[in-house]
Amino acid sequence: MQEVLNKKNVEKRILAPRESRDTIGRINVSNPRMICRDVNVYYGDKQAIRNVSIDIGCNEVLAMIGPSGCGKSTFLRCLNRMNDTIDNCRVTGEILFDDKDIYDSSIDVVPLRAQIGMVFQKPNPFPKTIYENVAWAPRIHGIIESKSDADEIVETSLQKAGLWGEVKDRLDQPGNGLSGGQQQRLCIARAIAVSPEVILMDEPCSALDPIATAKIEDLIEELRTQYTIAIVTHSMQQASRVSQRTAFFHLGDLIEVGATEAIFTKPSHQLTEDYITGRYG
Amino acid sequence: MIKSTKKSVVGSSASSGRIKAIDIVNKGLKRRYRKEKRFRLYGMLSILASVAFLAFLLTSIVFNGYSAFLQTYIKLDVPLEAGMIDKQEPGRSDFQGIIKSAIRSYYPEVTERQDKRELYALFSSGAAFQLRDTVLSNPPEEGTTLSLWVLADDDVDMLMKGHMKRDVPEGSRRLNDKQLRWIERLEADKRVEKRFNTTFFSAGDSREPELAGIWGAVKGSIYTMLVTLALSFPIGICAAVYLEEFAPKNLATDFIEVNINNLAAVPSIVFGLLGLAVFLNFFGMPRSTPLVGGIVLMLMTLPTIIIASRAALKAVPPSIREAALGVGSSKLQVVASHVLPLALPGMLTGTIIGMAQALGETAPLLMIGMVAFIVDIPGGFTDPAAVMPVQIYLWADSPERAFVERTSAAIMVLLAFLISMNAVAVVMRKRFERRW
Amino acid sequence: MSPLLLFLLLLLLSVTGFFIGRRKAVSLAKKAGGTSRLHSLPVYYGTLTAFWCCLPAFFMFLIWLSFEQSIITWLMVADLPEQARALPPARLNVLISDIQGLVNGNIVSGEVTPLMRSAAEHYISLKGISQMITSVMVLVVAIAGMLMVHRQIKPELRARNQVEKVVMGLLVVCSTIAIFTTVGIVLSILYEAVRFFQQIPVTDFLFGLEWSPQMAIREDQVGSSGAFGAVPVFAGTILISAIAMFIAAPIGLMSAIFLSEYADRRLRSVVKPLLEILAGVPTVVYGFFAALVVAPLIRNSGAQFGIDVSSESALAAGLVMGVMIIPFVSSLSDDVINAVPQSLRDGAYSVGATRSETIKDVLVPAALPGIVGGLLLAVSRAIGETMIVVMAAGLSANLTANPLQAVTTVTVQIVTLLVGDQEFDSPKTLAAFALGLVLFIGTLLLNIIALTFVRKYRERYD
Repeated sequence: MQEVLNKKNVEKRILAPRESRDTIGRINVSNPRMICRDVNVYYGDKQAIRNVSIDIGCNEVLAMIGPSGCGKSTFLRCLNRMNDTIDNCRVTGEILFDDKDIYDSSIDVVPLRAQIGMVFQKPNPFPKTIYENVAWAPRIHGIIESKSDADEIVETSLQKAGLWGEVKDRLDQPGNGLSGGQQQRLCIARAIAVSPEVILMDEPCSALDPIATAKIEDLIEELRTQYTIAIVTHSMQQASRVSQRTAFFHLGDLIEVGATEAIFTKPSHQLTEDYITGRYG
Repeated sequence: MIKSTKKSVVGSSASSGRIKAIDIVNKGLKRRYRKEKRFRLYGMLSILASVAFLAFLLTSIVFNGYSAFLQTYIKLDVPLEAGMIDKQEPGRSDFQGIIKSAIRSYYPEVTERQDKRELYALFSSGAAFQLRDTVLSNPPEEGTTLSLWVLADDDVDMLMKGHMKRDVPEGSRRLNDKQLRWIERLEADKRVEKRFNTTFFSAGDSREPELAGIWGAVKGSIYTMLVTLALSFPIGICAAVYLEEFAPKNLATDFIEVNINNLAAVPSIVFGLLGLAVFLNFFGMPRSTPLVGGIVLMLMTLPTIIIASRAALKAVPPSIREAALGVGSSKLQVVASHVLPLALPGMLTGTIIGMAQALGETAPLLMIGMVAFIVDIPGGFTDPAAVMPVQIYLWADSPERAFVERTSAAIMVLLAFLISMNAVAVVMRKRFERRW
Repeated sequence: MSPLLLFLLLLLLSVTGFFIGRRKAVSLAKKAGGTSRLHSLPVYYGTLTAFWCCLPAFFMFLIWLSFEQSIITWLMVADLPEQARALPPARLNVLISDIQGLVNGNIVSGEVTPLMRSAAEHYISLKGISQMITSVMVLVVAIAGMLMVHRQIKPELRARNQVEKVVMGLLVVCSTIAIFTTVGIVLSILYEAVRFFQQIPVTDFLFGLEWSPQMAIREDQVGSSGAFGAVPVFAGTILISAIAMFIAAPIGLMSAIFLSEYADRRLRSVVKPLLEILAGVPTVVYGFFAALVVAPLIRNSGAQFGIDVSSESALAAGLVMGVMIIPFVSSLSDDVINAVPQSLRDGAYSVGATRSETIKDVLVPAALPGIVGGLLLAVSRAIGETMIVVMAAGLSANLTANPLQAVTTVTVQIVTLLVGDQEFDSPKTLAAFALGLVLFIGTLLLNIIALTFVRKYRERYD
């Protein structure tokens, strides 16, 4: 009897009316790198994100979790304007980076993306050699001018991505020849190569096996010392392993933000609790 | 100096390095955006070039051809004196003579033999047939004067349409000064008029531009297309169904596939050689006929139809097949009653596109003798016939200026057919398009 | 009975067969106590009857139809008087075609002799007899087939399986037509080409530098000179195709890139149909346009600069052919570029690449096999294109690389050698088949290479 009632309640809460719900928890941090205020995202007429406000602190890992379709990936793609490539996508609100709104008309996406890199769900190395995969982006940006520059950047980036030891003897082989986990680390090296300040990761381990996932998670922990990282993940365990703060999204709303430990041990919002205890999702 | 900044970029001292990196990025932006703009411009210019060429092609065709839809007629008073019309067999009267005497009576001053010939040349040789048709359909009383609008010769037609300039020296135009004066007199009497050119839409080919029409070729095309459609549609669909639904994955099937893909890219003239060697010389089928033309075009379009039909079948999700198999139908029943109806619109679209291709095809038909000069309008599949593109080719080869406008007009007719066929295909695709 | 009427009658019989078969099945079912007692639904019994009624008869009919003409002609020739049969084969062929012309009421080349008239009458009577025999035989076979099945209809007859077997057989036959077409092409062209090479050595044909097939009509010159050296023809083909690709490859590729990467939906929805129209314009129209507008334009503008341009310059034909191929290249490249996964674009944009950098360094290299395959297919099309060059390129075979001069192509030569009434065994007409063989092999190789490229590419991203 209790079970049935419980289930009913969960259902009721999940399907609760969708007027914008206030976020519970502290959205700001002491040393923010990016500040998002009242961000709304629309695909055509459909609103995918409503009034999301959150800070991303320097050298922290912010994990975004939530059931599929909750808008966490959409929000992540707003942060370096990757949504620009989608035809009917519209973003309102403010996302401040270096005190400037990145959606301001004076902002140029090219240098913006050089500062805010991204790693995707499925590893997507370019159809080039391992070396070129890493060297290409710094070269188009003019960071590389000579062969020795390139060699140096390739080596340091691959080292930071923990891939150097595995590939240093076959840099001239195609990037798609690597294993899935290696490909994903290559993509991370590619992102690092242009010296970004923020790295966005969109479920970077969802296509990988547990061993490869563990390696990437270790890598994230190391990268945190130099970069600010926002990671979307569908795995709550992963969020708890890698992140310092966690944001919980539900149907386009940011429901709750807080220190990761607090979210997973003492969630304030009922929806968050239902989700992390596995009542739905 | 720059070198050293970069050292710090790649070096481990993170915070200072990062700031330098974004400076370098920003410095390069201007140059990169210039390149970007130039690249974009190339793309735009390419599109513009294609569209401009299409516009150039269409306007020059229309500009050259629109005047062919009008035809110059001359009003001629034909006095029918006693004895001119044969009482017993009016159809066998000397209509040519009657026309000539009517012309002479309008220009009594022309007496020289040479002049007379030049005078008669202003009128089409078709005028006699017009008179004959009028007399036969509505026998006039003797002694009356028939007032008849007869076809002008193509040179007069060109003059009236402005394709022949009056102010150039006599030697460089096809009508001499004397003829011009005669025409001016006709104009002054308001006896020259441009009317809608019905001949063009009702006649077969002719050596005289003013008597030549597209109807024979249109009918030839229709017969040919009927043969092509009747053969290629069922065969194409059967082949597609077999290959997509039933064929085992083995070497033979692979071989068929490779064959079909290759045939789709074999030059069309090669199919003409096949038709010539096999259908005409080996089987002794009649030359220049829609039957053979249709078969050759069928072989040519079959790959297109098969490929399109297979794509349509592929688009039907396997879940539908599984569902039908699950209730115990045989595989053939599944295909016939569930898969085919769903794939049919796609197949039809492919067929229409294949037909449009066949309708515009010329080269293979040249090989099987469909280039003969054929005046008669074909009445069946085994009558010698021309088709529209071949007619265009034949007229394009004729030296007379008047054939240039008729060629262009024929092209307009052909393009109208093709564009409407493609439009039907597009509408069908839009209408039945289904996303699973 | 005319073939069409016979065909309709056959159709009618099959429909009757269907109903008879079904009725018998239904009545059997009633006797046995319900349709479920039958092995198959009554419809299948009807269909089986109809199949047996029409298929054997129809195939017999078809076979007879294809050989009727040759058999009747042979019979007629056998009955010709001695002096006519003693004529040399070429003259005899003229006589036969004249007689057939007389039969069909067409124009006859010479005057009509009594011999021809009587032969024509004989021909007509033979044809009548043949048609009568065919009609009777076809109908007898049809009815026999129908009755045979009708008698066999029993509840346990596995009608559905048999019908399905027949249908499957039909499907297989239909799908093998492609093979038969290829075999037909290869055999027919090869056969005539071999006859040509018996008179002209292959090496002379492939490596000879002079092409003037007209000279070889006189018997004593056959095979004695290098008049069938096809190198100038090949060179002309390559020159014109090269000009065409020079136009079509960059413009087509850039159009595709612009349409798929830069243009918004509205522009795409306008430009794509326009390109489709460009692709749908028949080649004869392009040929007319090339000869009437483009060639004079080039000639006149050449004259402005004091350059002598031939009025049948390779440039005019190549230019227009290039425009014809633009939509072909563009639609193939468009497919290929669109098939590059979005994730690669995302990857490039995410490190701050501009659009053109993404396209040049990521998309095009990723799509390269597909693009190369498409370009090869376009080359194959340019080589095989006939009408534009027939109408706008020259007839005389010049060995030149100057695009302002007139050159000729393989397809032009095939058309000029074969159009018109020529004897079918002179090297002149046979040369067309030799050229056709080269054309077929050349384009076949290009197609196979191109399709392999495209297939590899598809597999990579599917």
